[in-house]
Amino acid sequence: MPKLTIDGKEIEVADGTTVFEAARQADISIPHFCYHPKLSIAGNCRMCLVDIEKMPKPAISCNTVANEGMVVNTKTEKVKELQKSVLEFILINHPIDCPVCDQAGECKLQEFYMDYTMTDSEFHEEKVKKPKKVDLGPNVMLDDERCILCSRCIRFCDEITHTSELCFSERGDRSTLTTFPGKQLDNKYSLNTVDICPVGALTSKPFRFQKRVWFLKHVPSVCSGCATGCNIYMDYDDGKVWRYRTRDNESVNQCWTCDAGRLSYPLHNEKRVTRPMVRKNGVLEYSTISDALGEIARALSSLGGDEAVLVGSAQESNENNMALKKFGQTCQIKDLQYSAKPKDDADADNFLIKADKNPNRAGVQHLGYQEFHGGIGVKVVLALEGFSETHLSQLREEGPVAFILLATHLGPETELADVVLPAATFGEQEGSFTNFQNRVQKFEAALIPQGMVLPAWKWLEKIAQELKQPLQLSAEALLQEGFGLKFADLGTEGKILESKN
Amino acid sequence: MDVMEAKVLTKNFGVKDSHTLPVYESTGGYNVLKRLFSMKPEEVIEEVKKSGLRGRGGAGFPTGLKWSFVPKDSPKPKYLCVNADESEPGTFKDRYLMELDPHRLIEGIIVCSYAIDCHQSYIYIRGEFVFPKERLEQAIAEAYAKGYLGKNILGSGYDLELTVHRGAGAYICGEETALLNSLEGLRGMPRLKPPFPAVVGLFGCPTVVNNVETLSALPFILGEGPEAYRKFGTEKSPGTKMFSVSGHVVRPGNYEIPLGYSLKKLIEEDCGGMKDGKALKAVIPGGSSVPVLPAKDAMEVNLDYESLAEKGSMLGSGGVIVMDETTCMVKTLTNLAHFYAHESCGQCSPCREGTGWAHKILKRMLAGEGRAGDLETLHRIADNMAGKTICVLADALAMPIWSYLKHFRSEFEAYIEK
Repeated sequence: MPKLTIDGKEIEVADGTTVFEAARQADISIPHFCYHPKLSIAGNCRMCLVDIEKMPKPAISCNTVANEGMVVNTKTEKVKELQKSVLEFILINHPIDCPVCDQAGECKLQEFYMDYTMTDSEFHEEKVKKPKKVDLGPNVMLDDERCILCSRCIRFCDEITHTSELCFSERGDRSTLTTFPGKQLDNKYSLNTVDICPVGALTSKPFRFQKRVWFLKHVPSVCSGCATGCNIYMDYDDGKVWRYRTRDNESVNQCWTCDAGRLSYPLHNEKRVTRPMVRKNGVLEYSTISDALGEIARALSSLGGDEAVLVGSAQESNENNMALKKFGQTCQIKDLQYSAKPKDDADADNFLIKADKNPNRAGVQHLGYQEFHGGIGVKVVLALEGFSETHLSQLREEGPVAFILLATHLGPETELADVVLPAATFGEQEGSFTNFQNRVQKFEAALIPQGMVLPAWKWLEKIAQELKQPLQLSAEALLQEGFGLKFADLGTEGKILESKN
Repeated sequence: MDVMEAKVLTKNFGVKDSHTLPVYESTGGYNVLKRLFSMKPEEVIEEVKKSGLRGRGGAGFPTGLKWSFVPKDSPKPKYLCVNADESEPGTFKDRYLMELDPHRLIEGIIVCSYAIDCHQSYIYIRGEFVFPKERLEQAIAEAYAKGYLGKNILGSGYDLELTVHRGAGAYICGEETALLNSLEGLRGMPRLKPPFPAVVGLFGCPTVVNNVETLSALPFILGEGPEAYRKFGTEKSPGTKMFSVSGHVVRPGNYEIPLGYSLKKLIEEDCGGMKDGKALKAVIPGGSSVPVLPAKDAMEVNLDYESLAEKGSMLGSGGVIVMDETTCMVKTLTNLAHFYAHESCGQCSPCREGTGWAHKILKRMLAGEGRAGDLETLHRIADNMAGKTICVLADALAMPIWSYLKHFRSEFEAYIEK
């Protein structure tokens, strides 16, 4: 356990810790481009050069192991000059057109320039010209002139996905990031290269030039693409979700997210149910809230509890499923089933992508729901959205008297429904999912529900009200009652459920 | 001491068919092996340490010491990689050592391999060296046929395989860790150090990388003894060294001389003096990357590590480039900058950008568009890239920039618009 001094701060670190990591532990940030905690050390950007007393030359902190008694300076004039000179070199061939660069506002080069130099360039020569719009693969576009050749993306494809699509060609200042001949950057995690690209070289095709990033606000959230529940930031503005970004959670997704999950954000923006609908003469028509609630009340009050089924959803939150369960307790409906998207064994790996495409199967199972099996002779089905095609055709065959659906999206389910209430997505409410590890993970509300949209549990309150069986619900209380947890307990890493036995 | 006496490496140069096994054997070739196999590897390393032999590729690292860094207790195979990627402008000695006396190199390879417990050695040869490569392969085939290579060499129980691998045209692959990457089939880029090749080298195993000339000195050292080797050269720079003389001299070529030899004598006597009777202007004494010496310093200096360092230059690879009074130093430096900018592997920001930037400034100056401040910028580029990168390619351009600006500043100023 060597003790060293960094900028006058004495700290003790584990054997083998680098000076860079030691500094980070002491809350001293050292500027860097090529270093990434999950990738091998490349040591090429030279941005993290520091001055270590008794060493003849400046050393890169990322590849220097901390030793007993080492005295490291990261903020002296000498080091500032080093940082300035490295930035000057990196910038001579880098386009100085931040206003038209999509990375502006979240560019490390731009930030470090502001933080460490802010001086005019002495470069009066012609810059090296490189390809500006290279289609690397289905999701990633490259601007080679902006590439600072840090090799993070190459190392990601070599070391994390083991797909090795990327390489440098040419030498010196002509060095160019490219794919190997005949290869495309086409793996299930390719957009992580965009995340780790410190500059505007790699951009996400769906997101590039759609939004200036400084307009974006974000909340911590959880991807709903599969049972992994990758931690994300939901970036939103103007009533719309614009992208998901990876949020670090060492226990779940480290700092990565798959492309499919990351690109699932349009679900908050598109094909939404925004108003209640009631089927009249076989046609689903917009209705008022009171008409729709009246219709539901009529269907439910005309029959006994065992003639109705409540269908929760592995696509829906812990809280909404708990609300449905509570609704059942109030109305004496005991049959609790849950719908789920089908497993997809072809789209699964041993990294982040699970065959179970539901973010909350563990949650609904914890609440005691049985997987959907239908019910012969059932007259009313009250359901949260999330039916698979198979479940849906079963429902179609059984043909209940009334199929009441709390739906976020227009689709095959709403086509079959008799009454539809517009439900909020997980981006529009506070709540939680329970992932495959039984880890309860919180998401926050990014958007205010538009139109008449409400979280499902609020609709259930209203239906209960209509049935004169008042329910007083809140997300916090639902989580507490169903899972014995408070949102505050979940922190940023989530909380594993205690085993029920 | 006269040049003619110092024949450690070039003893057989000029002998007919010197590249063939019978001729090499007839001059005592491979005699060292019997003695070698009677010694313990540590004893061999000790002999080499005693000889004071230093790496002849340019860095001048003590050879025996380098070998001793190879961990003896490592369960991994050990490798010797012969650096035959001779590419430093002005240097053409290894090429002749391989063309004219390949068996001396092979014998040296066996000595080193035995000392470090290596059973597979590689010769990484510059791709353009087609003829030397053919000579080498012939010689290796002869050596295998005669039992100097392969299984159970001369009944000693020691096995050694030797393979020639051709480079594909990158100067940087002469840097020992870039060489290892290239040999492994990776992009030729220097590796981060630590770890050093002696511990983690080729295929992740302990590896020694030695220059052709270094290894070619071993048969003499083992055969005649370290003391005999130390009779040549100076106390601190023992032995002989090849110097490749090019430029404005009457007789350019390779000269094996004892270290400590006067550069003036080399140029004026051995090389027949300046061509066309012109006056000497400058000498690059150790390959294009070392600091240039103005005529006055060049005429005073001796060719050994210490004397050259005293004059602010280096022995380097021994590529002596002689320039007469007609030489334009701005053009010369531009040519060098072009070379290093072209050959920078591009991984470290300061080198990748700095070499290209320096070249562009010099090219512009030559085109008559020099600007006030250009020389200061050139100097600053050299300051900011030297010593701040993974390998020393940036330094290899920084040293010429500093020295040219220091000794020939007025020539550069003439290119700046007033």
